[in-house]
Amino acid sequence: MCDQTFMAITFGPCDSCTKTSPLMNIYLKSEPINYCSFCVEMMACQALQSGESLASLRTESDVLKKKLEEERSKLHDVELHQVAEKVELVSALSIRTRRVLKGHGNKVLCMDWCKDKRRLVSSSQDGKVIVWDAYTLNKEHAVTMPCTWVMACAYAPSGCAVACGGLDNKCSVYPLSLDKNENLAAKKKSVAMHTNYLSGCSFTNSDMQLLTSSGDGTCALWDVESGQLLQSFHGHTADVLSLNLAPSETGNTFVSGGCDKKANVWDMRSGQNVQSFETHDSDINCVKYYPTGDAFASASDDGTCRLYDLRADREVAVYQKDSIIFGASSVDFSLSGRLLFAGYNDYTINVWDVLKGNRISILFGHENRVSSVKVSPDGTAFCSASWDTSLRIWA
Amino acid sequence: MQDPKSGLKGTEQKLSVTTIPHVITGEDIIAWLLNKMKVTQEEAQACGTMLVAYGYVYPLQNHRKLLMCNDGSLYRFQTWVAEDCDYAIYLEHYNHLNQWLNHQWDFIVMQATEQYKAGKERQKPDRVVLDCQERAYWIVNRPPRGTHSAVDYGVDRLMDQNTEEKISFDQYRRMNIFYQQAIMRSKVKSSVSLGALVKYVSSYRNHDPFLTPCLPSNPWITDSDTFWTLNTRRVDVPTKMRVERWSFSFFELLSDQRGRDDFKSFLKKEFSGENLAFWEAAEEMKWGAASSMSTKAAAIFKTFLAPGAPRWINIDGRTMGLTVKGLEHPHRYVLDGAQTHVFLLMKKDTFFRYLKSPVYKEMQKKAMNPDLHNFSESQLQQNARSRSLGVHPIVLWTQDEEERAKAAIAATPVDVKAMMSKIDRKK
Repeated sequence: MCDQTFMAITFGPCDSCTKTSPLMNIYLKSEPINYCSFCVEMMACQALQSGESLASLRTESDVLKKKLEEERSKLHDVELHQVAEKVELVSALSIRTRRVLKGHGNKVLCMDWCKDKRRLVSSSQDGKVIVWDAYTLNKEHAVTMPCTWVMACAYAPSGCAVACGGLDNKCSVYPLSLDKNENLAAKKKSVAMHTNYLSGCSFTNSDMQLLTSSGDGTCALWDVESGQLLQSFHGHTADVLSLNLAPSETGNTFVSGGCDKKANVWDMRSGQNVQSFETHDSDINCVKYYPTGDAFASASDDGTCRLYDLRADREVAVYQKDSIIFGASSVDFSLSGRLLFAGYNDYTINVWDVLKGNRISILFGHENRVSSVKVSPDGTAFCSASWDTSLRIWA
Repeated sequence: MQDPKSGLKGTEQKLSVTTIPHVITGEDIIAWLLNKMKVTQEEAQACGTMLVAYGYVYPLQNHRKLLMCNDGSLYRFQTWVAEDCDYAIYLEHYNHLNQWLNHQWDFIVMQATEQYKAGKERQKPDRVVLDCQERAYWIVNRPPRGTHSAVDYGVDRLMDQNTEEKISFDQYRRMNIFYQQAIMRSKVKSSVSLGALVKYVSSYRNHDPFLTPCLPSNPWITDSDTFWTLNTRRVDVPTKMRVERWSFSFFELLSDQRGRDDFKSFLKKEFSGENLAFWEAAEEMKWGAASSMSTKAAAIFKTFLAPGAPRWINIDGRTMGLTVKGLEHPHRYVLDGAQTHVFLLMKKDTFFRYLKSPVYKEMQKKAMNPDLHNFSESQLQQNARSRSLGVHPIVLWTQDEEERAKAAIAATPVDVKAMMSKIDRKK
């Protein structure tokens, strides 16, 4: 957990308009001020002042960028593999496919675990969303969406509803029921609305709020009951492809990654972009927090996965290999944060040692791209979804 | 790969009666990959299959199956040059490959010109090969159902690499605002933050089912769900591992419902339950439905903040003032300051007293340590046939809701006057 994000005053009277609202903690000429998002926006959009030009702003920007890099490198005293030198090696893993879930008619694009550790929801290119009991292999519900390419789905924390969306630019919530024959589509509720495809969605700490990311370059927080937009997050300059909520005690931040090769960390309360990292060479397909919430991993089309430490404020590891030439689509950590499971477009899943940076194992089984990899809530297994229309549970 | 010196050499190979020039056997390709990339046999084969599936190399015999076989099957590098627009789709992948196939492009262009020149005076075996080549190309580009393809790529992404980015002055201002706060942001030395990551891994090592077998057994492996039933939310006697995890951090204790219950029973003995109750109420307001916010705010004010409130919390005057003022126009985050204050108080003080308390010590003693399952082969098969259905999350949720409703009624402060008048009436 980043203490600073946690400790900063984020609610109170705005220094500019005095209205009580969530505040952004910004600096003007190194003086800390607290402005509400509206006043920050006004400040950014006001006309050019005397003595100010596009060129002068650009120079200022370059100077600041350089200064930031300097600040970051000052504290860069050691590399991760050096710190981890004395840690013992991971013994050989015996991970095998334990279940194969078949039932989708086309590419499986996304999946999410239920908190009960055995159920999951998956969505596919043909518009089908299936709720499975992966343990017994039972299909509990199947819903057909009115669109193809359902790229995002999420299980509610209570286990009583699922959310999904894709090319319909919406995120819809379906309450689940114990009666398998009930028509879920009748209870469908459209919650979020974007101007381009939905790429990711996640419930926050309750069933009542949804966080979404979209091809329109924004992320947004929604009230499920009313469909009201609670907060939007602007800052990416291209499609946002993935988001992940911080697992920390406050849960006030989340990270997003997109086609602008950037991974941004946001304060959910004020909508402020508090940290940003741009070291990938191509689109970032997936971002995932380290279990402590102090770091996160990313998977990119450039064929690498990377680890960023939020407190050190920099990239601390790159997971790559000459023989891996296809993009990485998805990542997730094992319960202890030691292993990083990464799904690739070359149909494989690679298991990386997070601390030492080397690959421990490669898993074959899928017959097409791996689209999503997620570890179960208690860490006993992970599930991979693939374009070969199946899902596999590995343990 | 097509490097004349270190790459693969295409040679003439005899296939039944005809001779085919410039082909390579699957064996050779895989051997080259093995040697060049220092990978396992299995991975080299998978990598080879990728080359075939994406059409960089194409098979001369079996076109239906786009696989790389580790035998005498014949393959050729894709040299068919399609129209620009068709090819553009491949460019992204092509760039990756280009790094170690950098001789390929010249080769393609060269050979293509040659082939066009050769044009009409082609011999019969040549024509057969050309046929294979063209077929392979179209398999890759216009795939029949079920075969692999990079063409059905998904959704077009907004980013266009070719247009130059134009940045307006307001964007620069936003960038500068961001940089300034990023510079001022407090950072820690890498040795400190990375040390913490390493420490986390070592304390959770024995709790990670991928690194240490879980007790009694992993349900996905043995098809026995005992591990789950022993770790349900309202289990009376938790496992030793679970109790140990509560001591790792306050967050870990709170995120486990069973741990939170235990912490509550400790607070009850200390008569200091109001801090946790306030924190929970604030969480509910923060993550709850927007419509219920004002009623929740009013209830929180009455229970925890108003002068003389039944569960008044002890926070500093400034935070209290800000919070009470903010509650006039309730907002999801109005309790943020007060909540943080209370949370840190519990994290830095109450939590450690809990860990030293008899409540926790007794729980440690009481906790059970299940023995490792040792199933025979036939028992495992039996388990797989009779996988338990477990309890549906909806059922659990309904139970929880009922419990909460009961607890809410029990926690409502007793209205003494009303009670008195009731008693009076009875008389």
